[in-house]
Amino acid sequence: MRLLGRSIPRVEDPPLITGRGRFVADITMAGELHMRIVRSPVAHARITHIDVEAALELPGVVAIWTGRDTAEIPPIDFRQEGLTDLYPYRQPILAEREVRYVGEPLAAVFARDPYAAEDAADLVFVDFDELDVVVDPRADPAPFDEDSDTEAALVNVSYGDVEAAFAAAHRRVTVEVSVGRHTGVPMETRGALAVREHHGRIVMYGAAKVPHYNRQAIALMLGLGIDDVVLREGHVGGGFGVRGELYPEDVLVCLAALRLNAPVKWIEDRKEHLVATNHSRDQVHVIEAAVDADGFITAVRDEFWLDQGAYVRSHAATVPNLTAAMLPGPYVIPAYECRGHIRLTNKTPAGTYRAPGRYEGTFARERLLDAVAAELGEDPIVTRRRNLIAHEDMPFARPIRALGTEMEYDSGDYPSILEKTLAYVDDKGLCAELDERRASEEWVGLGFAFFVEKSGLGPYEGARIDVDDDGGIRVVTGAASMGQGVETAIAQVCGDVLDVSVDGIRVVHGQTDEIDYGLGAFASRVTVMTGTATQMAARALLVKAREAAAHLLEADPADIGMVAGNLEVVGAPERRVSLAEVARSLDPSGAKRTGMVPTLSAEAWFTTEHMTYPYGVHAALVRVDEWTGGVEILRYVVAYDIGKAVNPMLVRGQIVGGAAQGLGGALLEEFVYSDDGQPLATSFMDYLLPTVTEMPPVDVLLLEDAPTPLNPMGVKGAGEGGTTAFGAAVAAAIDDALDAPGAVTRLPVSPERLRKVICNIQRSPREKGER
Amino acid sequence: MKPAKFEYRAPRELEEALSILAEVGDEGKVLAGGQSLVPSMNFRLARPAVLVDINGIGGIDSVTSSSDHLVIGTLARHVRFERPVTDGPLGHLLALAARKVGHRPIRIRGTFGGSLAHADPAAEWCMIATLLDATMVASSVRGQREITASNFFKTVFSTALEPDELLTEARLPLLNPAAKIGFVEFSRRAGDFAIVAASSVLDVEGGRISTARIALGSVGGTPLRSPAAEAVLQGNVPSGELFAEAGEAAAGDVEPMGDIHGSPEYRRDLVRVLTRRSLQASTEH
Repeated sequence: MRLLGRSIPRVEDPPLITGRGRFVADITMAGELHMRIVRSPVAHARITHIDVEAALELPGVVAIWTGRDTAEIPPIDFRQEGLTDLYPYRQPILAEREVRYVGEPLAAVFARDPYAAEDAADLVFVDFDELDVVVDPRADPAPFDEDSDTEAALVNVSYGDVEAAFAAAHRRVTVEVSVGRHTGVPMETRGALAVREHHGRIVMYGAAKVPHYNRQAIALMLGLGIDDVVLREGHVGGGFGVRGELYPEDVLVCLAALRLNAPVKWIEDRKEHLVATNHSRDQVHVIEAAVDADGFITAVRDEFWLDQGAYVRSHAATVPNLTAAMLPGPYVIPAYECRGHIRLTNKTPAGTYRAPGRYEGTFARERLLDAVAAELGEDPIVTRRRNLIAHEDMPFARPIRALGTEMEYDSGDYPSILEKTLAYVDDKGLCAELDERRASEEWVGLGFAFFVEKSGLGPYEGARIDVDDDGGIRVVTGAASMGQGVETAIAQVCGDVLDVSVDGIRVVHGQTDEIDYGLGAFASRVTVMTGTATQMAARALLVKAREAAAHLLEADPADIGMVAGNLEVVGAPERRVSLAEVARSLDPSGAKRTGMVPTLSAEAWFTTEHMTYPYGVHAALVRVDEWTGGVEILRYVVAYDIGKAVNPMLVRGQIVGGAAQGLGGALLEEFVYSDDGQPLATSFMDYLLPTVTEMPPVDVLLLEDAPTPLNPMGVKGAGEGGTTAFGAAVAAAIDDALDAPGAVTRLPVSPERLRKVICNIQRSPREKGER
Repeated sequence: MKPAKFEYRAPRELEEALSILAEVGDEGKVLAGGQSLVPSMNFRLARPAVLVDINGIGGIDSVTSSSDHLVIGTLARHVRFERPVTDGPLGHLLALAARKVGHRPIRIRGTFGGSLAHADPAAEWCMIATLLDATMVASSVRGQREITASNFFKTVFSTALEPDELLTEARLPLLNPAAKIGFVEFSRRAGDFAIVAASSVLDVEGGRISTARIALGSVGGTPLRSPAAEAVLQGNVPSGELFAEAGEAAAGDVEPMGDIHGSPEYRRDLVRVLTRRSLQASTEH
């Protein structure tokens, strides 16, 4: 049964849609304590005194810790090793002497119920000496501590002779653009429950994304052996990059379970989430192109500032590194120089969010391409066509390293997907709708943006497949699932090889005591890495099953095939045994008789040194209300080539969901701060997530024209491309609606900002009438 | 986001509710639909010592018409107004407004009286009450009194209600059957509180506007009428130019406050366009 490429329904859905999901908040243990974090109400201050007396007297309160009680616990480290320059900027689990953002944990209350914990947290009184607040990442660097300043690092990426290209340029085009501060806001907030089990192990429920790494980090911070800590992932209500990273609260619950000798539970509330969980984006770019007389871009120079917030968290410099490495995107750009300033401010720390670094870099680059087109007085599509990397130049290496790998676009046909997208957009009626609405004097515009994504980050991932005596198949992986369909995709890969339906396959993920290694779910890597490992393990299992079946059927293993879950002699289907019979024949006694290794199981590890690079085009049809500055996205198209789709329905779901988040960043979501560092978007009344009403219909053109040569299935990751170019495409469409190239320079496009732009541009005659 | 401790009282009779309110005074807070109060309590912005839940009281959710008024019981839910509750332009106006009140789950639970008593200057019902100069009926153990909208809304989240008083009904004057009504809002997402809202009622006699009412929401501490815009309209022939002029006059009438969704200048700009659009829409029905 061919399962690869089929849109089979998700195997993980039945419990979720029948109310049988088990999220971390659903887990309750006898005698559990509830942790409540006391968070800083000020953006930057020295802590002079913390009074916990009144809080401790409340009934049900068991303990209250301040930074002094956790001073021996090291700060939270980076997943990448060796970044010693960034060490001063790591976040402690509780602030001891100084708080650096509103929301920073400065005390932890433990009580017998969550109400008592919150009541007590209200009674913890803190005296502060307020310090200068930095909210502008482009201000001159200020002292961070005695030895370091607020420019944590400078990211440098360059190749080619940029100076010479600019000196010889026919034209130079510069734009300054920025993407506001927003982030992933999963439906399920973070949470953790830690309990000390018999044998003294600490088990933490509520893990996600990178359980194996976090297990090791928690063990190290608490002075435990790696095997003394177990992380368990249950159902997870969305990740998007922010969920599952190691945060102070995760370490605190484990430490508390040890010290207080009771299960300790912490469930983040939404108000906390918006100031405690990683923010993201927030980059300002000044980007410049050198263009020759033929309209070819000979060099790009970019300088950008990332508002990192108050600390450098577990991602270290991943986001700015990706911005710098991925910024050139699909264009040849023979010379390139990028300088990225990682600047500390007094805001919630920033990390990765779906399409990290690329949403921002794509916006900067595509705005630049549009500006070049305007300078040349030509259709932006023409400018893009001229500068795209040619199909015959694939694979295309850039002398850049990205996430520790050499950057080589593995496969692709960029000119082809651009033409296919244009035809698709026309075919779907976007052009006709544009013309019709224009004819009735609506302000509508169509915009395009090209993007290149990266996926399938190595270096390794594994899978072990066990078949039990009933023929039940269990695939144990080191992957993690935030709800994206891991179980379905992995079961499909396994079932495809073994010719069994996905119903008989159980996929295990996020359990650190089930498999020794696993890097988890990020960077659109699970289907590529774990999927490939699963395919390899399934093939190895098949080899073993055929050998064992050969013994049972007294045939040659080479003559045995797997058909609908049974092993049979090719050409003589009556001579067959079931997978269960084969598994039973491999019990220790049976295996001894045949001289085989017991158990029907196999394990495989896939390693790679390169990432795969999916790519695509976004197109937006928008309507602008010129009197209010309101923007409505009428239609949206995402064309995406991911090499091979294991399950096209899941891929489409990823793309549409990703597009919704791209829309949020383009039009609605922004963490606004006051000049004194107070966050002003601290609830869903002010942090505006897109709802179903704001989402346009999204048409997805899913292409498989360029399978990657880097894995046997040819798959590339599909998790992020729905988000990447959304801001860039919407900006181009708004420009087009206003007939004002370069009108949009900042995301999100707020109606007020756009209304100002409209008031400042030349008024066209059609505007004067009543609308 | 767990509320602070409170005592919960659930009277079954109006008299009982009023005596509880008299007893607890400042310490009490009335729970109707809870769509604003409960989130405020969860944020610990509101910490009532006693919550008086009036949902179990019968007979205070009716919507009835008298010869000249629509009488709305305090517990009438927003959703009820999505389709006209009365013939003529008033029912239509209320339906336009109702569809802008939050999202459907909010409309199913939230109440007309609760919204008035909460007195959010962006709330649709507060603006409608101001537009029509509705009469609010406040009940207490001391008796009943009537308060007109212009005296009812004091400032943001503040009304003329005394701590022991319960808003039991609102009386909206029925409109002239030929009245032209308009209601428009601008918000960044469907269901959000308006950045600015505008509503209007025009009576036209002999081709000229005989009476004009314009009310604006989210431009100050309370919903506001715009006397200047009304004066511009009064006695004149409706036209696009006249409506634009009224928009200008309305913009000059307000001193909006700013927040992260709109500065004072932007809100004033929106008053200009939304006033015009409300009037324009009213003549296109």
